[in-house]
Amino acid sequence: MTNGEKNRLKDKAFQVFGVFCTFIGLVVLAIFLIDIIMEGASRIDWDFLTSLPSRRASRAGIYTAWVGTLWILILTSVIAFPLGIAAGVYLEEYSKRTKMANFLEINIANLAGVPSIIYGLLGMEMFGRVMGLGGSLLAGALTLSLLILPIIIVTTREAIKAVPRSIRDASYALGASKWQTTWNQVLPASFGGIMTGIILSLSRAVGEAAPLIVIGALAYVPFVPTSPTDEFTVLPIQIFNWTSRPQADFLVNAAAAIIILLLITFILNGIAVYLRNKWQKRVKW
Amino acid sequence: MSKKNYKLEARNLNAFYGSFQALKDINIAMEEKAVTAFIGPSGCGKSTFLRTLNRMNDYIDGFRIEGDILLDGNDIYTKEVRVDELRKEVGMVFQKPNPFPKTVFENVVYGLKIQGIKDKKILTETAETSLRKTALWDEVKDKLDKSALALSGGQQQRLCIARALAISPSVILMDEPTSALDPISTAKIEELIYELKKDYTIVIVTHNMQQAGRVSDQTAFFYMGELIEFSKTKTMFTSPKHERTQNYITGRFG
Repeated sequence: MTNGEKNRLKDKAFQVFGVFCTFIGLVVLAIFLIDIIMEGASRIDWDFLTSLPSRRASRAGIYTAWVGTLWILILTSVIAFPLGIAAGVYLEEYSKRTKMANFLEINIANLAGVPSIIYGLLGMEMFGRVMGLGGSLLAGALTLSLLILPIIIVTTREAIKAVPRSIRDASYALGASKWQTTWNQVLPASFGGIMTGIILSLSRAVGEAAPLIVIGALAYVPFVPTSPTDEFTVLPIQIFNWTSRPQADFLVNAAAAIIILLLITFILNGIAVYLRNKWQKRVKW
Repeated sequence: MSKKNYKLEARNLNAFYGSFQALKDINIAMEEKAVTAFIGPSGCGKSTFLRTLNRMNDYIDGFRIEGDILLDGNDIYTKEVRVDELRKEVGMVFQKPNPFPKTVFENVVYGLKIQGIKDKKILTETAETSLRKTALWDEVKDKLDKSALALSGGQQQRLCIARALAISPSVILMDEPTSALDPISTAKIEELIYELKKDYTIVIVTHNMQQAGRVSDQTAFFYMGELIEFSKTKTMFTSPKHERTQNYITGRFG
């Protein structure tokens, strides 16, 4: 075999290996999905979506859980988005390159890697006990906000960084203040990137169970929460609860709830992709 | 100090980026409604100097100046001067056309809108006058609500000039305004500069000697942060006082 043939063979071998690696992930995911759908799909009906939890698997539903998840989604968005975007804008546009800024930057990146259960402990102490919110929706949303804040800040900064200097120059040269430039030029131009980041962070928050269990979200909530101070449960906790029951029927319930949870995250991710594509087309330099 | 009233003056101006001195003891006085060209090799400080004239360097960390810059005899670096007010008076056009990713109309009226002017009539009228001044009106009057990014490079640059004119400055700074454009677009911008100097004081940084010769009334030659020579353009191009100037304008270095 000549050297050339050897190289071509290596090339080919790596290609095959690469395809294999790519598919392993996808195949495992597909098997998991098919398994879940086969087990749970037939359980999903109107009653399942509108029933309160019950001791009897056939009568139990996820009404309280998905309403809780929706509450958490909305509250977390309201709390985390303005804070995260504002912090990102400040760090990128306003803060001077000082040691303090570098210190903040490194730590925000680190925070994004802290395990979610640690945020749960922090949330329990700070929001649950010190602020007296207990295991309420508000305590849960605040905790999840902390969890996703670093992600929002980092993606906001990346999106803002991608806006060319020349656009800011143009705005300043016309007498615009820093705020006017940020509001009228930088934020609209980076909107797609920022939205993508925050929606992806939300879909992470939707899937969290651990921090909410720590702050005391309940598995059994026989009522639908109607205000931020109500106690609540969310889909991941409901699923966790059902999978730990011995009866097989509850496992079917869990599979059905997983399908609903996946649906929610797929929709969120879909919106993120849509926004990214739409805004990328609109803004080109 | 001067008997004559100059539009723009720099007195004993030094500028620094951190510890690097970008401008050294610049003294220059530019006349009203004339075109002044800044020439010199890359890194000679001409763009830095241009950007001190509307304080565009303010946002650069570590940048500071010593000395005075006077606009109509008033120092523009005192605490009382508001940068946004200054920039209404001293407009700027950049090297690469940089329209906002908005419509043609929104681009032209941006400066007015951020001043809080909302009157549709004023906005429409100003847009038309400014676009006419840059000879762009006939080309874009049917595309006012189309994206400015769809225009050609030359049109975009004229749009950027129109945008600067819309807030009625008295001085326009141009930082190599044609270096990203083709020869025909360049010719149009040069014609435009000729027209504009009837009403505006223009300062233009250029790497193109012919351009400096064609459009400017006076020329300043910068080298290593120093103002080497400043005189009537004709004088400089026919009988430069310094050997360096001679070498640069004849293309022997730079």
